[in-house]
Amino acid sequence: MLAYIVRRLLWMVVLLLAISTITFVIFFVLPSDDPALRRAGSRASPERVEAVRRQLGLDKPVIALPWKDSQMRRYYDDLFLHGDLGRSYTNNAEVKDLITTRLPTTIQLAVGAMVVWLLIAFPVGILSALKRRSLADRAVMGVTLIAISAPVFWLGLVALYLFDETLGRFPLLPGVDSYVPFKDDPAQWFQSLLLPWFVLAASFAAIYARLLRSNLLEVMNEDYIRTARAKGLRERQVVMKHEVRSAVTPVVTILGIDLGVLLGGAILTESVFNIPGIGRLAYNAISRGDLPTIQGTVLFAAFFIIVLNLLVDIAYSFLDPRVRY
Amino acid sequence: MSASEPLLSVRDLRVHFQTDDGLVKAVDGISYDVMPGGALGIVGESGSGKSVSSLTVMGLTRFPNARISGQVLFEGRDLLTASNEELRKIRGNDIAMIFQDPLSSLHPFYKVGTQLVEAIRAHTEVPKRAARVRATELLALVDIPEPARRIDDYPHEFSGGMRQRVMIAMALANDPRLLIADEPTTALDVTVQAQILALIRRLQDELDTAVVMITHDLGVIAETVDDVAVMYAGRVVERAPVQTIFSAPEHPYTWGLLRSIPRMDLPRALDLVPIPGRPPSLINLPSGCSFHPRCPYVRERHRKVDPPLDAVPGDPGHRVACLLEPQTRRKLWRELQAGQAPAEARAAVEREGEPA
Amino acid sequence: MPAESLVEVRDVYKHFPLTRGVILRKQVGAVQAVDGVSFDIREGETFGLVGESGCGKSTLARVITRLHEPTSGTVRFQGRDISALGTRDMKPLRRDLQMIFQDPYSSLNPRKTVGSIIAEPFAIHHLLTHAGERKRAVQDLMEQVGLNPEHYNRFPHEFSGGQRQRIGVARAIALKPKLIVADEPVSALDVSIQAQILNLLKDLQRELNLTIVFIAHDLSVVRYMCDRIAVMYLGKIAELADSEALYAHPRHPYTGALMSAVPVPSPGRTLQRKGRVLRGDVPSPTNPPPACRFHTRCPKCEEVCTVEEPLLEPKDGGNVAACHFPLTDAEVAERSPRTAGAVPGLG
Repeated sequence: MLAYIVRRLLWMVVLLLAISTITFVIFFVLPSDDPALRRAGSRASPERVEAVRRQLGLDKPVIALPWKDSQMRRYYDDLFLHGDLGRSYTNNAEVKDLITTRLPTTIQLAVGAMVVWLLIAFPVGILSALKRRSLADRAVMGVTLIAISAPVFWLGLVALYLFDETLGRFPLLPGVDSYVPFKDDPAQWFQSLLLPWFVLAASFAAIYARLLRSNLLEVMNEDYIRTARAKGLRERQVVMKHEVRSAVTPVVTILGIDLGVLLGGAILTESVFNIPGIGRLAYNAISRGDLPTIQGTVLFAAFFIIVLNLLVDIAYSFLDPRVRY
Repeated sequence: MSASEPLLSVRDLRVHFQTDDGLVKAVDGISYDVMPGGALGIVGESGSGKSVSSLTVMGLTRFPNARISGQVLFEGRDLLTASNEELRKIRGNDIAMIFQDPLSSLHPFYKVGTQLVEAIRAHTEVPKRAARVRATELLALVDIPEPARRIDDYPHEFSGGMRQRVMIAMALANDPRLLIADEPTTALDVTVQAQILALIRRLQDELDTAVVMITHDLGVIAETVDDVAVMYAGRVVERAPVQTIFSAPEHPYTWGLLRSIPRMDLPRALDLVPIPGRPPSLINLPSGCSFHPRCPYVRERHRKVDPPLDAVPGDPGHRVACLLEPQTRRKLWRELQAGQAPAEARAAVEREGEPA
Repeated sequence: MPAESLVEVRDVYKHFPLTRGVILRKQVGAVQAVDGVSFDIREGETFGLVGESGCGKSTLARVITRLHEPTSGTVRFQGRDISALGTRDMKPLRRDLQMIFQDPYSSLNPRKTVGSIIAEPFAIHHLLTHAGERKRAVQDLMEQVGLNPEHYNRFPHEFSGGQRQRIGVARAIALKPKLIVADEPVSALDVSIQAQILNLLKDLQRELNLTIVFIAHDLSVVRYMCDRIAVMYLGKIAELADSEALYAHPRHPYTGALMSAVPVPSPGRTLQRKGRVLRGDVPSPTNPPPACRFHTRCPKCEEVCTVEEPLLEPKDGGNVAACHFPLTDAEVAERSPRTAGAVPGLG
């Protein structure tokens, strides 16, 4: 197992290298706003813009020779030798700081949504499977279909329209711009995240409910379930300890991946509710051509996904004893 | 309950399933008895209903689309009218079952010891520690080496034969009076099969458990049971003590089975005579005798009349569901034993002037 | 070398490597599926390969038909060494070398009609390019194997297990091959259907002058079908003999054990077997016992068996066996199903 983990971690480094290279290429190949121009201001003189360009190091070649002069090399040097992610083109702030201040918020949003969607998906999925083809089951499956199909930003806007305490038809919860850090005001913090949690969780809850339901339906036909009943176990034991236990393992895999993706920033949800997370940071950086920040968020997102994938695979070997690395 | 009362008595059991394709008559009126400590073999191929009938005894076929009728008397009590909870208390406790594929029949994620302890504690209030001790004893009982160590292994860490021993141990955990074994050795290698059959026989002797052995393998039947019920298309077509089934069978299906299997104890050059056609659909059963489309001795009447399971004259322990006259059957069997093919046997008997 | 050897297998090894390592995977062991096997298959005979799980019979079958490449050793087909041939060179040979598989439910493509499944060999080898010709040939084949030619356009799931196996047979004989390797062709079928397929294979063999390699674990079936039989244990041949000789006087203790283990449909034999049950499980093919592979379970094991590997040599009665202490006629008589009476024995 240890050899397996080491191998995966080595691959992670390779992957992160590859990803940042690709990000570089995309940035310089695809058209976007000229960051120097943005930084200098639209009314700046051409000399001013040039000066800013030089300051940002954008006059140097990206890859090419001489290697030691290229932007890419400077970037990798900073990253691997100094742990420095650079400075934002937009406001010269340290990218590292930009990300770390926003990371807790993103984590709160992601993890909270995950808790919500699991709390919904499990009972719904299990009951649907147990009462398959009943009216309730069909109704629930219909609702989940809607939840999956609805774009999250649309759901967010609808949620605001209905429940926002200043604008909504049924004023219940604070809406846009209401986020405060936990330490400042826990009550407000909690309330401000409720709508975003549910909105973000909606499609996931639907997917997981369906996933659990279909896994359970498959497991229910397995021979070992027949054995469990033949042993005379109570129905609850059969369902929870035998059927659900088996049906859950594939869910864990997907859970890890989804969490990894969300930790990279739930861009749409953060935008609708204006929550200061990494998602918003990334979105703004992209629209402003802020390469260092873009690189920073991309690397962070990739890092989370890779690490969570690894954790999920390790967890899987505990959940399924037949799997050995 | 006296020793001459059957432990299990199945009377006119019918299990029909309503499906989208129609009504599947999986079991269509079967009756048999199992004596305490006795061994009954149920022989049949796929679609004969042999598994469904046993699952029904255990109460494992109570699906919404199932129509079950008849009686299943266990120690005098009709299990078909018992509540789900009453049946649950009997399963794994008074009546236990083992299945064909031990790899898929054990939960892959739980240790063998955990599954054994679960079986024990489902029916007796014992602390986990005591149950674990009992589980280790059970593993030793079924000849698993180093039981104290292996109790913490997972099913996939055992070989096929060992896994089946674990299943047997689990089934015997609560000293059931009846053990139903559904094709317990079909998925195993032949040398392992011999070990498992020997184990079942030994346990039957030591623990005085009655056994119902379900299989398609006539060799296994010959080795392990006292009485045999041959099933075809959801019915019992012949029932007799094991010696009789092999020496004097009276149903054409039984004859067909005996003549169509290659046997190590008969001359190698002896041709196999397959039963023509294939087993019928349980939704659209043939009219009259359900075996008639494949029977080499069929007569017009057989297409219309459904034969009841009647006793053979002079041998009340031997019952057959066949419309042919007993003398005709005996003559046909003699011809078949002499090596004649079915068509020739029929011709020979008809020449002797039997009515059509 | 006798002119009628259709297939010559010489010192064939097939090992599947097990690797371990952080970055560079190093081979730390191997599953020794086939571990030094040599024999000939004569034209027109039915050659049986018998053994329990893990003995290597299926792997050997796949090496003979070149679905696997041997780790070492040679396989000659019609005099030509096919062990190292590439796919392109093997292709024309495949017209003469066909295979039938065990599971009639998974060996047919569920999305193809029966007609196109059976026609596929023609398509692959660019034969009978006229659409009408091909269809007629396929329908003839369907009749030959006992299927209704009108079901040409049906899909596999509309057929029973026995019928699907017939489809597999039709596909295998389409190009009138010389050799058919049948890997457990009846194990997944009901008893009353098995006899139909076995008889079909026998009839086709006569009609088409086929050579058949018949692989099975069921000794009674192999006895019925085969002229010569090789008994395999853990990747090696334990015994090779004519059918009659093998069953009349098995020489290798493993063969003897296999035979005694088969339940015979004759009540009363049970008592004979009580002492004869072979103990233990088959060892793993990754770590086979040294010298004689069977010595860990053999009742006749002596010290030499743990040290020196017995060679496959002729024994009494014409059987070829790899054993230092083959079964004597007296021992054979003890365990034969034809005799009655309590006996001492294995275990």
